[in-house]
Amino acid sequence: MADSGVIDGPGRKDEIERAKSEGKDLTKEEKQRLRKEKKQQKKIKEKKDDKASQENEKEKKPVTSAAPASQPPTQPTVQKAPSAVPATAPVSVPASEASVPADKPTKTKAELKAERRARQEAERASKQTKKGETGQQAATSKPKAPPSDLQPVVKRLPEHIQVDNPDVLKKLAKKLERQQIPLRSDYGYKVSLFSHLHQYSRKAPLTQQLSIPSTVIHPAIVRLGLQYSHGIVAGSNARSVALLHAFKQVIRDYTTPQNEELSRDLVNKLKPYISFLNQCRPLSASMGNAIKYIKKEISNIPSNCKEDEAKNKLLNCIESYINEKIILAGVAIAKCAIEKQKISDGDVILVYGCSSLVNHILCKAFEKNRKFRVIVVDSRPRLEGKEALRRLVQKGISCTYVLISAVSYILPEVSKVFLGAHALLANGYVMSRVGTSQIALVAKAFNVPVLVCCETYKFCDRVQTDSFVSNELDDPDDLIVTRKGTTPLEGWENESSLGLLNLVYDVTPPDFVDLVITELGMIPCTSVPVVLRVKNVDQ
Amino acid sequence: MELQAVLMAAGGGSRMTDLTYNTPKAMLPVGNKPLMWYPLNLLEKVGFEEVIVITTKEVQKAMSTDLKIKDVKMKLDVVSIQEDGDMGTADALRHIQPKIKTDILVLSCDLITDVALHEVVDLFRAHNATMAMLMSKAHEFTETVPGQKGKKKTAEQRDFVGVDKSGKRLLFMANEADLEDGLSIRKSIMRKHPRMLIKTGLVDAHLYCLKKAVVDFLTENKSISSIRGELVPYLVRKQFSKTVNSQKLKDDTDDQTQEKNDGPANHELLISSRDEPLLQLAQERSCWNDHRGDMSEAYHGGKLRCYVHIMDQGLCCRVNTLAAYIEVNRLAPKLFEEPSVHPSADISERCQMGSDSIIGAVCHIADKTSIKRSTIGNFTTVKEKVKVTNSIIMHGVTIEEGCNIQGSVICSNAVIGRGADLKYCLVGNGQHIEPEVPGIIILNTGNLDLCLHVL
Repeated sequence: MADSGVIDGPGRKDEIERAKSEGKDLTKEEKQRLRKEKKQQKKIKEKKDDKASQENEKEKKPVTSAAPASQPPTQPTVQKAPSAVPATAPVSVPASEASVPADKPTKTKAELKAERRARQEAERASKQTKKGETGQQAATSKPKAPPSDLQPVVKRLPEHIQVDNPDVLKKLAKKLERQQIPLRSDYGYKVSLFSHLHQYSRKAPLTQQLSIPSTVIHPAIVRLGLQYSHGIVAGSNARSVALLHAFKQVIRDYTTPQNEELSRDLVNKLKPYISFLNQCRPLSASMGNAIKYIKKEISNIPSNCKEDEAKNKLLNCIESYINEKIILAGVAIAKCAIEKQKISDGDVILVYGCSSLVNHILCKAFEKNRKFRVIVVDSRPRLEGKEALRRLVQKGISCTYVLISAVSYILPEVSKVFLGAHALLANGYVMSRVGTSQIALVAKAFNVPVLVCCETYKFCDRVQTDSFVSNELDDPDDLIVTRKGTTPLEGWENESSLGLLNLVYDVTPPDFVDLVITELGMIPCTSVPVVLRVKNVDQ
Repeated sequence: MELQAVLMAAGGGSRMTDLTYNTPKAMLPVGNKPLMWYPLNLLEKVGFEEVIVITTKEVQKAMSTDLKIKDVKMKLDVVSIQEDGDMGTADALRHIQPKIKTDILVLSCDLITDVALHEVVDLFRAHNATMAMLMSKAHEFTETVPGQKGKKKTAEQRDFVGVDKSGKRLLFMANEADLEDGLSIRKSIMRKHPRMLIKTGLVDAHLYCLKKAVVDFLTENKSISSIRGELVPYLVRKQFSKTVNSQKLKDDTDDQTQEKNDGPANHELLISSRDEPLLQLAQERSCWNDHRGDMSEAYHGGKLRCYVHIMDQGLCCRVNTLAAYIEVNRLAPKLFEEPSVHPSADISERCQMGSDSIIGAVCHIADKTSIKRSTIGNFTTVKEKVKVTNSIIMHGVTIEEGCNIQGSVICSNAVIGRGADLKYCLVGNGQHIEPEVPGIIILNTGNLDLCLHVL
């Protein structure tokens, strides 16, 4: 196998020569990588030869201290663990490994990994020769093959998108048990593409498993969790404001225990609350940012600060955060949109769903006597557009109401599209209510400008290019509707091949978005990472 | 702390005086446990750690000796009030107002239910309600009640309960007695809730979650004396009163000092919290509304909200009549998985005992007895050749040989003489039924004097 690797090495090199001759250049990095890989393969080959010789030695001498001694670099894991029993453990490990099938004796995990990688590279190379891909492909595929002497930087995936992995679930269960928070169980059949996400039922609230005068979790947080899971507090801004309100009550009722510091203990107190809220409904990006801010403020409290002072300081911080980031940001965005003539007389503006910020902008524009009319697009099962419609009509704005299926019919009339956002991702994608990307797509096809309104505190440094990886699954029973006395989907759980999918969010690529209006001004979608960087520098 | 539990155990059992003239209602045995143990058990199961028990001195004494109540692991803060019976439930709340620091859950001692309490409390929490209560679909009592001639319908006054189309929000509540010229509903309610369901077959479980502001309101407003009779209808009416709406409260929050001066004169319910503007902001920004079709915001801008959870399955029974008492003796033991025969009971082998009978502690059941569908209390002695069917026998009763007891209720410490044949009787506390000549059968006697007289 090692031999075949060696053969393939020069084979790949030829491939690269060919690629070069075709006019595609290999960058310096890629050349370096090639060199490294070749060296690696040589090393592996040498190690194997060593191993083979050592095998023979070991089989002759069952108990040797030479064996472990000769393998120190390749047995880091074994040496780490039983430090108390140095001699016996390394010997027992090779012995146990010797009992493993004869074709792979005495190979440690690291070596097996290295071998596997080399095999993978070889296979990839052979695939490329078969396909005869262009040099660019070959070049780009090189970085994919991870060089095994570099430590692979694996970012830890959040648990809420790994629901189909039983180990992750076990870890989560343990963590919740430690924090004394009940685990909410998933409900119903999940569509296979989304089986890595949680799906809860509103009829089984988390409070079922809590004691009634809740002692472990502050009552304000229990109330908030219930309001989230029932949908009484919905919408990115509303959820953040409600969260900060609940945190204010928690801070007010908090007393530092003996021998503890407020800055450390309060953060630890908040952790189970956040897990609880996460179980009730997955946290939004804006909530995540608010929590980060609070935790930072708490840990920045000096230890000599008295408790009352510290609490007052924190309460003021929360007030000012809400004021600046939500209220004033909304005012600034409205001002920006109106003054820069983004809403002009005779405009026909299309909005989707119920975004508090977009509603605010339209109401303010109407107050400034701009003459425009609004088309509200709505979609099932939430039918949030009805609430947006109510708020706009109450102000006196003339509105039209359509369902999302009629969007291509109504778009020729539209002059601008205003969309709200749940979060803006670091690669410029807009995460918003499901259906937004459709509207943006159709608007693009009709050449209608799409403007997204979003405060900067909703910017998050996550990167996502599709709506599958990280999303939220709402209660599938919401899709069941009774018309004229019949409920067709009533017994959907009993149908083995039927799954109901109630997605909440989707991502819109930046190509469909023309402008993002934030309180810092009007920026293109791709400037989000710049704003994030500037914010981080500020803080 | 989120909720404080208050158990009202001072009631006199005015609708079943035959049973309660000697034993206070709270200590009547049901399935060989005192009646007040059931709500205490419900609270304990759900996770309460302390309960304030409002009761009379008599009950307090009985509680201290009862084993089952001693078993209860919660801390019982017993407050005793006068037994003259003039104190209503709301008066009792006013009496304990200094102890109340947070929202309360008021229970009556005669409630036996297996409701999932979180359903009621979740309504209270999620909607920030002023009151949340529990009601249940009434079930017909099927057992024959001693003392009732035939299946006479008791002249119970019906309750008219109006709920909105979701079945959770309480819009209207009135008793038939108060509606002389018919049911009238205010236009303001119809404008806000065009669809209302009016239900009459509901039983009020007398389980209420009340905000602390309501208790404070009670201390100022001394004219309200009963929770069920006066406070609840008042709160339900107040939801749609013109004075309690967002405008008024805006003025209130501007002028907090003036409020305090107006306090005693102004008996309004002040439902406001700190950070009210933040809560308002969250509600404004939220895209949720509890109703559709009109121009008003969520909850129509009303601050006072009353909710009800209507149970349609499960047991929910208030033991305030004899019929209910008998019914509940049948059903209550099924709630728990306890062995029907107490381990200390001495039952001879030739006794035929049905599986749905319950035998209490330290009982002696002799040979050739047959016990079917009955409850036998503690310290009871049943001699040979006795047939007990469909009956309730309380503690300390002695039943001599040859008796035949059917469909009866025998109170504590009674002695049934040899050969007595009782059908659908109610034997009072400590009575002696003389042994009589076989052949005379006593039927349908509810009156104790009559009972003695016949023999």
